Amino acid sequence: MTDQQLVKGLQEKTKEVRREIIKMLQEAGSGHPGGSLSAAEIMTVLYFNEMKVRPSEPSWPERDRFVISKGHAAPVLYAVLALAGFFSKEKLATLRKIGSSLQGHPDRKKLTGLDASSGSLGQGISVACGMAKSAKIDGSSHRVYCLLGDGETQEGQVWEAAMFAAHYKLDNLVAILDHNHLQIDGFTTDVMSPEPLDEKWQAFGWQVIKVDGHSIESLLDAFAVAKTVKDKPVLILAETTKGKGVSFMENEASWHGSAPNAEQAAQALKELA
Amino acid sequence: MSEKIATRDAYGKALVALGKKDERIVVLDADLAKSTKTIEFAKAYPSRFIDVGIAEQNMVSVAAGLAASGKVPFLSSFAMFATGRAFEQIRNSVAYPEMNVKIAAPHAGISVGEDGATHQANEDIAVMRAIPNMTIVVPADGIETTQAVEALAAMEGPAYLRLGRLAIPQINDEHYRFQLGKGVLLKEGRDVVLFACGLMVGVCLEAAKILEADGINAAVANIHTIKPLDEEMVQVLAKRCGAVVTAEEHSIIGGLGSAVAEVLATEGLGPMGRVGIEDIFGESGAPYALLEKYGLTPQNVAKKARAVIDKKNKK
Repeated sequence: MTDQQLVKGLQEKTKEVRREIIKMLQEAGSGHPGGSLSAAEIMTVLYFNEMKVRPSEPSWPERDRFVISKGHAAPVLYAVLALAGFFSKEKLATLRKIGSSLQGHPDRKKLTGLDASSGSLGQGISVACGMAKSAKIDGSSHRVYCLLGDGETQEGQVWEAAMFAAHYKLDNLVAILDHNHLQIDGFTTDVMSPEPLDEKWQAFGWQVIKVDGHSIESLLDAFAVAKTVKDKPVLILAETTKGKGVSFMENEASWHGSAPNAEQAAQALKELA
Repeated sequence: MSEKIATRDAYGKALVALGKKDERIVVLDADLAKSTKTIEFAKAYPSRFIDVGIAEQNMVSVAAGLAASGKVPFLSSFAMFATGRAFEQIRNSVAYPEMNVKIAAPHAGISVGEDGATHQANEDIAVMRAIPNMTIVVPADGIETTQAVEALAAMEGPAYLRLGRLAIPQINDEHYRFQLGKGVLLKEGRDVVLFACGLMVGVCLEAAKILEADGINAAVANIHTIKPLDEEMVQVLAKRCGAVVTAEEHSIIGGLGSAVAEVLATEGLGPMGRVGIEDIFGESGAPYALLEKYGLTPQNVAKKARAVIDKKNKK
């Protein structure tokens, strides 16, 4: 497959991911569209190109690990897992319903294909550090990926983990920061500015790669560069738009944690066709 | 009485033995390795020892990640910080996903001594007990600690091992066999039963001698596993004696006393009295001076026992 074909395929897949996010959230009646849509390209590139995983053998010991530290973006994870074949697409309609394996925030005991439970902000990055450290102890070559939110970096634990990863030279760890600039109460820079994020992560000893988080090509390049970095963890600072792909959701804090109704979902799906 | 030993010292040695047998054992500490005694493991197996610095929250979640990768992590800090600072990480990173992480925390209780109230965890059992999937063990001496470490490593799932700083007398001998979740009846009795954990087991054995001199026949049971509680033993002995006293180096709220009270109330048994920290903060002082001041003495246990027996006789 040529690069161009690869990129086009991933772009198509991303659209499909976004449509599934909208459909499952409308069906659920609650959940987090904004931060799920902003990470659609990141998650699609991870699961359909970058990570070594086997949907038919989810516990394959040599698989790459993934932790969604911003656990409220579960819909984007569930969408890529279903489309990758970890479970059937029909299951997506059970999101947030009683008895479902698709919990509001990911539960590894209930759902196949998850390496960690997450949802309480700041903890997933530490869990990912533990996985990366374990691989180092064992001399295993698998890699660990972690999706962080920008609002999430207001949690002190994120910086404890950042120190840890650099101290132990976890070059098998790649964190992707979904820099969509919004959190529940508004713009991150108004609520409690985490900026300058690039300089902060660099100062903590990470290799920082800045990318357009909605450009498949840029993400592919960033992950390729990340593999060449030695003795340092890598942070991909992905510039994104919250609610990306749905005009009325873009850059609107109110779409952080509310689901579209039938009419809004129909409009969104038309835009994502 | 035999040589005194702190449960933290026994823990340090037990970890080394465990590390030799089992490659999966990794140990984490938050800049307190010399105090928690994980330094012993660090020296023996440096590649499997991880100091996280003064960052307990990160330590707990990192341990969850290690467990998710097949390791058996033991993590240590003072009980105050391990269970207090990192409570939510224990709940959400460890217990909810049922990660095989062992939290082994010395410096529990008031016998921490001179460091004072900020470092004296009297609430740790209460908070750990409220978390689903959590096993809680409070060893009474070094011998029990050694065996508890082995037992917790052998079981799958999260556990909290509550340890002390103070050197205390050995209750058990080399024939002792620790069984997770099974209380140990150390002394038969018919007038009152004393349920204890940690260093209060030894205190209760002394209290039983005081009571014996008054013609009161007290049973003493070591309830080393607070969760899951040996409810059968609690019920059987409470029925037999008709009067119950609990004794723990922990707040009277939420610990062994509460766990026993829940069983007794459900079964309509009692009366009971609780010896523990009386819902107040501690202070600086020599460990034994503090135990004395806060009522964690054989005399106070005996006094409480007499009061409960009086209540029983008035029934």
